[in-house]
Amino acid sequence: MSATTATLPAQPRVTLRLVLWGAVLVLALIPLLNQLPETSALHVGDFIVSITGKWITYAILALAIDLAWGYTGILSLGHGAFFALGGYAMGMHLMRLIGPRGAYGHPTLPDFMVFLGYPELPWYWLGFDMFPYAFFMALFIPGLLALIVGYLAFRSRITGVYLSILTQALTYALMLAFFRNDMGFGGNNGFTDFKELLGMALTTPLARAVLFYASLVALVGSYWICTRISVSKLGRVLVAIRDAESRVRFLGYSTTQVKLFVFVISAVLAGLAGALYVPQVGIINPGEFSPGNSIEAVIWVAVGGRGTLVGAVVGAFSVNALKTWLTTAAPDLWLFALGGLFVAVTLFLPRGLVGLFSRKVEK
Amino acid sequence: MLLAILLLVSPARAQDAFTAALPGLAGGFGQIAEAVEKLGASADPRALPLLQALQEGRLLKREDGTLLLQTDAGTSEVPTGRPAEAGDAEAVRVNNRVRGALRGALGSLQILSTNPEERLKAAEDVFRSRSAQNIAPLEAALARETIPAIRAQLELSLAASRLASPDNAVRLQGINALAEVTDQNARALLLETKAQAPDLARQIDGAVAKIEGRLKVRQMVETFFQGLSLGSVLLLAALGLAVTFGVMGVINMAHGEMVMLGAYATYMVQEALSGTALAPFALPLAIPAAFLLAAAVGAVLERGLIRYLYGRPLETLLMTFGVGMILQQAVRLIFGAQNREVVSPAWMQGTLTLGGLSLTANRVWIIVFGLLVLGLVVAAIRYTRFGLEMRAVVQNRRIAATMGIRTGRVDALTFAFGSGIAGMAGVALSQIDNVSPNLGTGYIIDSFMVVVFGGVGSLAGTLVGALTLGVLNKVMEPYAGAVLAKVVVLVGIMLFIQRRPRGMFALKGRAAEA
Amino acid sequence: MTSHTILYLDDVSVVFDGFRALNNLSLFVDQGELRAIIGPNGAGKTTMMDVITGKTRPSAGTVKFRDTDLTLLDEAAIATMGIGRKFQKPTVFDALTVFENLELALKAPRGPLACLRWTLAGEARSRIEKTLEEIGLTARAQDRAAILSHGQRQWLEIGMLLMQDPELLLVDEPVAGMTDQETEHTAALLRRIAGTRSVVVVEHDLEFVRALDCKVTVLCEGSVLSEGTIDQVQNDPKVVEVYLGR
Repeated sequence: MSATTATLPAQPRVTLRLVLWGAVLVLALIPLLNQLPETSALHVGDFIVSITGKWITYAILALAIDLAWGYTGILSLGHGAFFALGGYAMGMHLMRLIGPRGAYGHPTLPDFMVFLGYPELPWYWLGFDMFPYAFFMALFIPGLLALIVGYLAFRSRITGVYLSILTQALTYALMLAFFRNDMGFGGNNGFTDFKELLGMALTTPLARAVLFYASLVALVGSYWICTRISVSKLGRVLVAIRDAESRVRFLGYSTTQVKLFVFVISAVLAGLAGALYVPQVGIINPGEFSPGNSIEAVIWVAVGGRGTLVGAVVGAFSVNALKTWLTTAAPDLWLFALGGLFVAVTLFLPRGLVGLFSRKVEK
Repeated sequence: MLLAILLLVSPARAQDAFTAALPGLAGGFGQIAEAVEKLGASADPRALPLLQALQEGRLLKREDGTLLLQTDAGTSEVPTGRPAEAGDAEAVRVNNRVRGALRGALGSLQILSTNPEERLKAAEDVFRSRSAQNIAPLEAALARETIPAIRAQLELSLAASRLASPDNAVRLQGINALAEVTDQNARALLLETKAQAPDLARQIDGAVAKIEGRLKVRQMVETFFQGLSLGSVLLLAALGLAVTFGVMGVINMAHGEMVMLGAYATYMVQEALSGTALAPFALPLAIPAAFLLAAAVGAVLERGLIRYLYGRPLETLLMTFGVGMILQQAVRLIFGAQNREVVSPAWMQGTLTLGGLSLTANRVWIIVFGLLVLGLVVAAIRYTRFGLEMRAVVQNRRIAATMGIRTGRVDALTFAFGSGIAGMAGVALSQIDNVSPNLGTGYIIDSFMVVVFGGVGSLAGTLVGALTLGVLNKVMEPYAGAVLAKVVVLVGIMLFIQRRPRGMFALKGRAAEA
Repeated sequence: MTSHTILYLDDVSVVFDGFRALNNLSLFVDQGELRAIIGPNGAGKTTMMDVITGKTRPSAGTVKFRDTDLTLLDEAAIATMGIGRKFQKPTVFDALTVFENLELALKAPRGPLACLRWTLAGEARSRIEKTLEEIGLTARAQDRAAILSHGQRQWLEIGMLLMQDPELLLVDEPVAGMTDQETEHTAALLRRIAGTRSVVVVEHDLEFVRALDCKVTVLCEGSVLSEGTIDQVQNDPKVVEVYLGR
């Protein structure tokens, strides 16, 4: 495998750290500014709060992908599936919390189950009424899937594009499965009409702010975990695996084990992102598993600059900002723009926006 | 025997039967049904209009039991045919039992019709009515019938009617005849009879087992054909990929869009030729058009973008995915997001019947087309100068270059060739799938699975891989459902790659490391 | 097999699609021995290395390191057992610095969690610094490996091999692309290493092999053609025929 652009793990220098904390602070202000009266010049609309909250969860997903791809060279096209699985786990919790307030008024069964004639809750729905359990499952299920898939794939040395195709096929298979009504996950329609979480009605500004801050804390935490990994010797092993995996094996490292470790962490982070995403957008359906979603998330990382953690975050925010603006300003152009981004970044900007910036600094 | 049949249909006896049955029609439901059956067995030409009238509520009954027949020409008395006033006469009413008897009786009368289609339909109706009364008319009809398909149905109906006979010997005749038929209905009928004739249970069981055995074989053949048909679709979709990915090692995620362009090329050719003398040949003419369009796009893609990313497969994957998005969106803007209709020419419509199997014509054509395209690819790679240069460049680019081969040109041509094949696949898919901008997305993952499963770089592997996956999918569908079958196949491939990471037809040794 | 035999290959064959890359090869290396292996292209030298380090599974035969059957282990397990390998084409990690390359090779727990918790203690640092000096790259310790010259990369790879602290070193064409002076230096280094460890060197450069001053094995068509001192094998008519004849 060819050496991708030689990038070192980001060494958080003092300036970088300042910029990052500044950015976190600005983000943290958003829900507060939302509380200002609408007449105030500094007032931030509800739309901004909800969309920024969503982007923060995307940024976590981008970090997860960057850890696997940018550092370790595992181009997973299945992270959208880990994200969706985390989202579904949280969605199951939110569905259970609706309780008798559903359209059919059944005390335990969600509406779609009443509609489909389920006599009782399927066993795998048990326990999801408890938040800690649901939250644990949102991390555990993606992690477990990554463990199984990763073990099978890495053990038989499936690397590069083969792994990408395999993970994409897996995502596709999951999408097909979740579209089925008899899976017990609401089929085509997925979950929606959520009412509350942790005792807060989801529509209240308080709930929005809490979810926003929870996402922000999760982003900072994920960033910290990824930084810890990237600056440790493990981070250097990852880069070495990315550039010359077989050589690492001859040094006595079990690359299967190392990759599996990173892949599982990455999947758990993606699951965490999904779990925070669903209560903020209020819906989860099988469309989240669509292979296009996974690959779009990869391009956030590529645009920002893979192999640098800042890049992943920057990419997630900037591409999604572009998407939000363009899909309203010129909806027909968005797919051209996104497709163009894929082409432009791979051909002309292999180090992404961050690379562009740091090159200017070096000059 | 022949004499008996002649006697049965002789007018003298028939007349008797006809007039004798008439009074029953004025009675209760049980009597009516009996009369209907007798009329059906009478083979009398007057019985048919009468029974049709009964079915349509045009047979009236006076208080005194006189029957009146209403037609467009007026009302007349039965059987004399004297004109009459309807007056306070009421329609003869029918219940389900009478309706059943009617169906059989009408059938047994119509099986003598001069119109073959009517005869066939009538024979089918008789089968469903299952009355011993029909035995005689069926035997009569069989003696005259010359068309094989109708004869077959008549024999089936005769056997079914014999089952309804109270005579075990006749029943046994029916059982033995049905045992030779490969038909789901025959099986159901036998099982029903078993309850009524417990003393024939052994023979019936034997007959049912024979039928089931043959049904199973037929179903297996049908499943296999469906699998083959799906397999050839996969083969078509994957062949182009087998060239660009398998031979060149370029991962082209826009491959599905090349297929899509081929389907739209078919649509454009159809529209351009519509109303001209060439319109019936639009589909064959679309094949070169689709090849050229997709090949041209492929060549531009390779020279303009992909070649800058050689040796960086992950980047190529992302870049070509973006290209696919752009192509999709461009087509969506030009042609609209809704499906475009590509008409199948007459020779591709309908079904072919082959020894009791009915195969959809367009599926058969796709299998043929898939194999033809495979042959074309193999021939192009093996026997042409271009194929030779292509193999040389793949094996050792630098040495090929020193031999005077323009490797850049060969790359472009190879990629265009692979894309063109995808375009031809689009022609075939336009016949069985919706021609829409995202036509290709449904095939890309399957195509990659086929190539990986079969063994990258091996055309034989692609063929076997496509057919295996197609058949596996169809074999599993009845048990697991279409979607789950797909999921199972995907997971199966993952596990298969565990055992043979390089696919079924793996290259070994130094060639595999390159 | 004597008690101080460290590497034991007996009747090993490797078949690729009908082509016998190794053909009933038998080879024994003693503890502390320095052994040179020469042979024409396609003689099976690299395949032999692949078999020992677990990259290729033999079709038949026994491969043992002390008493352990190597055919059952993967590359990482074999490497941790104490067999180090330097590749024909030097492979170092371009994105990492010279120092980091050596740090990765340094003998230490290899698990992911151990790597995550790893801190560079004084003793490890001094070992790396010592090796840096030995391979003459002290001044370049903080440079990326990507910008080293070919010879320097060869040195770095030898340094990485030393950091692994193996009992058996397999060295594939160590002096390709080196100047005469560097070649001499390498020969001296390898002679020094041998004695405490076993070293197997594959090399085309006969001058270099002569400088190693050790037992030489000549491979041809996947099996041993001749064995002895450099003078003995150079005068072996079979060897002469293979190299010069036909």
